Amino acid sequence: MPKSSTKKSEQPVEELTYEEALAELEGIVETLEGEQSQLEEAIKLFERGQALAARCGVLLEAAQLKVKQVAGDQVSAFEEESE
Amino acid sequence: MMNLLFDYTVVSRLHPSSFLIHPFSIILPRMQPSLFQDTPQTFTVSKLTFLIRKLLEENESLQDVWVQGEISNLSRPASGHVYFTLKDANASLKCVMWKTSAARLKLALRDGMEVEVHGKIGIYEPQGQYQLYADQIRPVGEGALYQEFMRLKAQLEAEGLFDPERKRPIPELPRKIGIVTSATGAALRDMLNTLRRRLPLVEVILAPSPVQGVDAPPALVKAINSPILQSSDVIILARGGGSIEDLWAFNDERVVRAVAASQVPIISGVGHETDFTLCDFAADLRAPTPTAAAELATPITIQDLAATITNYQLQITSLTLNTLSAKQSSLDSLFTQLRYLTPSRRIQSESQRVDELSRRASSAAFNRIILETKHLEGTQKRLEALSPLAVLARGYAVVTRKDDGSVVSRVAQASSEMKVRVSDGEFEVKKA
Repeated sequence: MPKSSTKKSEQPVEELTYEEALAELEGIVETLEGEQSQLEEAIKLFERGQALAARCGVLLEAAQLKVKQVAGDQVSAFEEESE
Repeated sequence: MMNLLFDYTVVSRLHPSSFLIHPFSIILPRMQPSLFQDTPQTFTVSKLTFLIRKLLEENESLQDVWVQGEISNLSRPASGHVYFTLKDANASLKCVMWKTSAARLKLALRDGMEVEVHGKIGIYEPQGQYQLYADQIRPVGEGALYQEFMRLKAQLEAEGLFDPERKRPIPELPRKIGIVTSATGAALRDMLNTLRRRLPLVEVILAPSPVQGVDAPPALVKAINSPILQSSDVIILARGGGSIEDLWAFNDERVVRAVAASQVPIISGVGHETDFTLCDFAADLRAPTPTAAAELATPITIQDLAATITNYQLQITSLTLNTLSAKQSSLDSLFTQLRYLTPSRRIQSESQRVDELSRRASSAAFNRIILETKHLEGTQKRLEALSPLAVLARGYAVVTRKDDGSVVSRVAQASSEMKVRVSDGEFEVKKA
């Protein structure tokens, strides 16, 4: 986990889903908690972690419940009745 | 006062004790026989009514009884208590249902309705009237439904469909939540609002289905088994409150078996807190209401997630600061070491050595000079001893020619004018 998180970090945070960003952030916390890393690597991980946290925050802010309905073997949009 | 007194005398005159004993000893063959046999006495109305009440209340079958009949004279005054008469072709029974029981009624009562009423028989003493104190009312035929419910429950239980070991855990952070319910009910709206409030990250997939009537069970089964729904993380099976018959589809064997067989964990939220359906027993988790089901489907809320993110942020900040300060302090200690080993220190010590040497050198030179000086003085003294002046002091004189200053050591060298040097000076002499 610790090493792989740095490899995955090639992907720009803007392209990550919430789950991906969260998983990577968790990996970074674990890495930083673990063995003493090189200073340069630690700083890189920190910056990446901050960016991931910000990404998660943005996604949480923007989250909108998606509602679909089963129509046969497909799903279609579901129009909620307004109150 | 007068009237009471009069009534009493009339009563006692009209009802001699022998007449009183007779009817009651028939009704109360074993009850306190001595009261009537040994003490022929006149009862007050209250006392008699009390006896009758006691009689009724001690009869267990009258204290836990179901009575079937048609509702008439229904009245629901502001007190909240419900009064009505239950009747059939030949008899009628006054009924009262207290406010607290009436509040739990799921049935909208109306005159003419055929119902089964549960309660206990008691006496309303002020009017000398026996009546049924009702605590439950159900539509006729529900009793049969209940029997069927118990039979099916026992059967499915014996098959192990309700075993606790079968229950699967509900995922903590679902991405896809399937919902099986009516597309038009308030239950759906409540659940969507709850999900929107708690975890708007999720994708909801609704499999709409009628939730009551003969079409409901097969439609519910089809919805639960829908492959799209079976690919979600958790399914909510829900229906808003209603009468027992309204909820009956959720006791249908087909539906209960579909719930038990679902690949995906199912949370049931059918009716109200007090309603239990067989689907509730078969589900992995039972929620008291649809709203509660939506809450149980989202154990972690968006607020929790935001707090977690903030926490991670603080964690990586402090971990990084720790790393930085660790690096800083090892750098500091290197600096200290380096400072100790620095050439300037060496230079200082060398220069001190040079100073020391030069100090020693100069002091040696000085000593030497003193020595040399002393030596010089000795030499001078010795030189002085050899000086011709010392010879002069002993009486000798040095004669030199005045013209060229040369020493006259032979007569032939003498000139006309000569100088004579003696120990304390010189004088001139002329050759005679």
